[in-house]
Amino acid sequence: MTAEAPEIARASSQLEAAAEKAESRRGLTLAAPSYLYLIVLFVSPLVIIGVYSFASRSRTGRPLLEDWNLDSWAKILGDELIRSIALRSVVVALVTTMLCLAVGYPFAYYIATRSERVRNLLLVLVMIPFWTNFLVRTYAWRVLLGEDGPVTEIGRALGLWDATLFTLPAVYIGLVYGYLPFMVLPLYASIERLDWSLVEAARDLYASGFRAFLRVTLPLTRPGIIAGSILVFIPSLGAYVTPDILGGAKTTLLGNYIVNQYLTARNWPLGSSVSMAIMIVMLIATVWYFRSGARTL
Amino acid sequence: MSTNQRTTANRRLNRLLAGHTWVVYAFFYLPILVLIIFSFNESRLFGFQNWEGLSLKWYRQMFANDNLMQALRISLVVAVGSTIVSTVLGTAAALALERYRRWLGKRAFDALLYLPVIIPDVTMAAMLLVFFTSLGQQLSTVTIALSHIAFNISFVSIVVRARLANLDPALEEAAADLYASRWHAFRRVTLPLIMPGVLGGALLALTLSLDDVVITQFVKGPDTLPTFVFGLIKRSVTPEINAVSSLMLAASGVLVLGSLALQRRQ
Amino acid sequence: MKRIVSFFAVVALVATACGDDGSGDLEDAAAECQVDQTDGDLDLHNWSEYIAPELVEAFESAYGVTVNETFYDSNEAMLPQVESGGNDYDVIVPSDYTVTIMAEEGLIIPLNKSVITNLGNVDPEFTGLPFDPEGEFSVPYQWGTTGIGYSYDVVPEDWEPSWELLFDPAFADVSGSISLLNDPREVMGAALKYLGYSLNTTDQAQLDEATGLLKSVKDRIKLFDSDQFEDLLVTGETVAAHGFSGDFFAAYDEASTDTYDAYEDYGYGIPKEGAVAWVDTMAIPVTADAPCTAHTFINFMLDAENGAALTNFNFYASPNAASTPFIDGDILEDATIYPPDEVFERLEFIADTGDFETNFTDAFTEVKS
Repeated sequence: MTAEAPEIARASSQLEAAAEKAESRRGLTLAAPSYLYLIVLFVSPLVIIGVYSFASRSRTGRPLLEDWNLDSWAKILGDELIRSIALRSVVVALVTTMLCLAVGYPFAYYIATRSERVRNLLLVLVMIPFWTNFLVRTYAWRVLLGEDGPVTEIGRALGLWDATLFTLPAVYIGLVYGYLPFMVLPLYASIERLDWSLVEAARDLYASGFRAFLRVTLPLTRPGIIAGSILVFIPSLGAYVTPDILGGAKTTLLGNYIVNQYLTARNWPLGSSVSMAIMIVMLIATVWYFRSGARTL
Repeated sequence: MSTNQRTTANRRLNRLLAGHTWVVYAFFYLPILVLIIFSFNESRLFGFQNWEGLSLKWYRQMFANDNLMQALRISLVVAVGSTIVSTVLGTAAALALERYRRWLGKRAFDALLYLPVIIPDVTMAAMLLVFFTSLGQQLSTVTIALSHIAFNISFVSIVVRARLANLDPALEEAAADLYASRWHAFRRVTLPLIMPGVLGGALLALTLSLDDVVITQFVKGPDTLPTFVFGLIKRSVTPEINAVSSLMLAASGVLVLGSLALQRRQ
Repeated sequence: MKRIVSFFAVVALVATACGDDGSGDLEDAAAECQVDQTDGDLDLHNWSEYIAPELVEAFESAYGVTVNETFYDSNEAMLPQVESGGNDYDVIVPSDYTVTIMAEEGLIIPLNKSVITNLGNVDPEFTGLPFDPEGEFSVPYQWGTTGIGYSYDVVPEDWEPSWELLFDPAFADVSGSISLLNDPREVMGAALKYLGYSLNTTDQAQLDEATGLLKSVKDRIKLFDSDQFEDLLVTGETVAAHGFSGDFFAAYDEASTDTYDAYEDYGYGIPKEGAVAWVDTMAIPVTADAPCTAHTFINFMLDAENGAALTNFNFYASPNAASTPFIDGDILEDATIYPPDEVFERLEFIADTGDFETNFTDAFTEVKS
């Protein structure tokens, strides 16, 4: 018996190794199609844009793959205009995210604490408006917020506000409207999975329900909060249609700026460098998020 | 707090929450209401001061508008096509990441999948345009679909992964014991278990594709419905768009409620 | 993985570098065209609402081809579409300065003038214009002005139009109710004219002055819009709007009913300090696959009656001298559509300023920040 043991041990470890390799191959095979797809249709475009950020611009606005330079990158770092636009965009994105969180959390909480059948129906009711065209929805807000719109009329009657169209608040309304579901869904998922016995225990422990919420429920739903915030912050940062339609194109945000560089100014190197810069910042933020222990969005 | 106090506090809280929820729903549906109402407006102009009476003329005009109908067709084709491809690819990717511990380049792939989600729309739009044109590729329905698949794979995989992570591995282990082939085990046990996730991912992909305007605007050959509307906005907005949107709303409402009813029967 | 990435990058770069120059072949093909010849369906890429549907139908039945219309809303949107080579438009309608850019970049082909027999119909004023001195690449389509549409609520009917309505902080009570075009050259140009400079200046100091002016009166501006400025004026969201002549008239016409004449309430004026005159032209992109049909279409549009039909439809002025007898009397007499000579003197065409273009866009971005 002892003479055969090492044989068996070696054989079984060989089997294990073979099994692991087979599994590894299977995993790779499953992922291969999407891997390849993304490399071709995402990574190479990204590389090309990166390359363009070092290119130069012809007299008539065509990007030239010669006279490589760092001009567009220098402009990002040195130009005050770009910095103020970036700052404003970050502020807008942050405020939008906070608003979505403030409005979305109680909303998601309520839905998650209904009975199962009602829950599904309520969730579906959230999605349905998004089956209409985003532009038409945004234009509907133009009607609501316009000179003769009901929102304006009510505001005037109550003496609270005047016409809100083409102002910054209008942009916020549009952005929150567009991205609230992206906050609600992850929040809902997170709240729904809560271990309610913990919440009950917390309520018993803490004198006030509010503290129970603050100390137990809120931290437990942290993954949902973070996921929702990321899903709202990023699109808000690059938004350009909403600020144009509801904000009257009066404020230039990063999204508008990039589109301008590509289409109006025909300054592809600059448009590319600003895009790359945003991506790099986002990447750093996400890496930091994952390093801090999260496993998935 | 006494139980009684807590109950009244709870009830008050409940009512507050309920009130807040209904306000949010009103917020969601107000523009929808507006757009439906104005699809019946006689006048072409938006705005309450331009109400000229009920009329079905925009619905009639909508069906007669060839460009609009074509844009709608292309939207649906691209949406369905890209959803199918990205759902299959995304699900496979999710399985590869959640069910196989180690394989070559796994961590890089994990990171790669998140990129399309964190990249701003405009950047992705521009880089895809540059990509297609540098390769001399004709811009067409195909380029639109390819672009939609590029971002939808990630969204589908996120949803399916979330579902997979929540599953009881014991079930799948049992399946592996029961069934001789992996494929059988997958088809009979794993797939049904992740189906809600897969369907959720597919639904998300469909919505994102149907509604996409920025990326499509840059890489389009022919118009999809959103880019058609975008272009129409530039000329004269007619309530034909409202008519289309109202009908799409009705159709999706029916679809969704229908599937809910089906689910309940299961 | 890195190797794959760099492989694709190289492929892409090489593909860009070796651009396929098919213009030579297309030019030869065009040289072979005969009068009224067609070689396939027409892909017409035009501004929206810019051609009368009857004209399209008339062309289709006269020559037995189908016309596929696609639309764009700005030269800046159309340029990358043609540049990318991803489409096969046969006829495009670029504006003046865009023709210069496209000709220089080899994006449009020289026309075979021998088959454009109606070329003689073009008003001499519109031949030999700076953006295409020899008329090699383009044929005028419509022309117009960019001025101010306004409500008589804020200025009297006999008011002499001036940019002061938009830019003078002390003039008229319009705070927060005017709209400007969302276009760098147009807006900076208007400010420059108001200050007495040329709108094609390459003097940064002048541009800075214009920027300063615009920023100082920003509270007068409600929004920047190039698409619905006329609708917003007519529905009362704005009281004055910076915009294109024909669009205003079309809106006023539409707002008028049997009992209401919008012209009683609204007007359009070309500011006395000068403004933009623009010419839209027809040109054939290098990606065309039916050059003969394209030439035939261009010739068709230069026909006297067709040119008139165009003007009667979109309320812009026709550069076609032969069309005058067929144009609506109201339009011909309107001094804002057909301005008298002394007004015409003060108008400028937008010219491409080459490397300085980005300064205009930067200035505009700063104004909007």
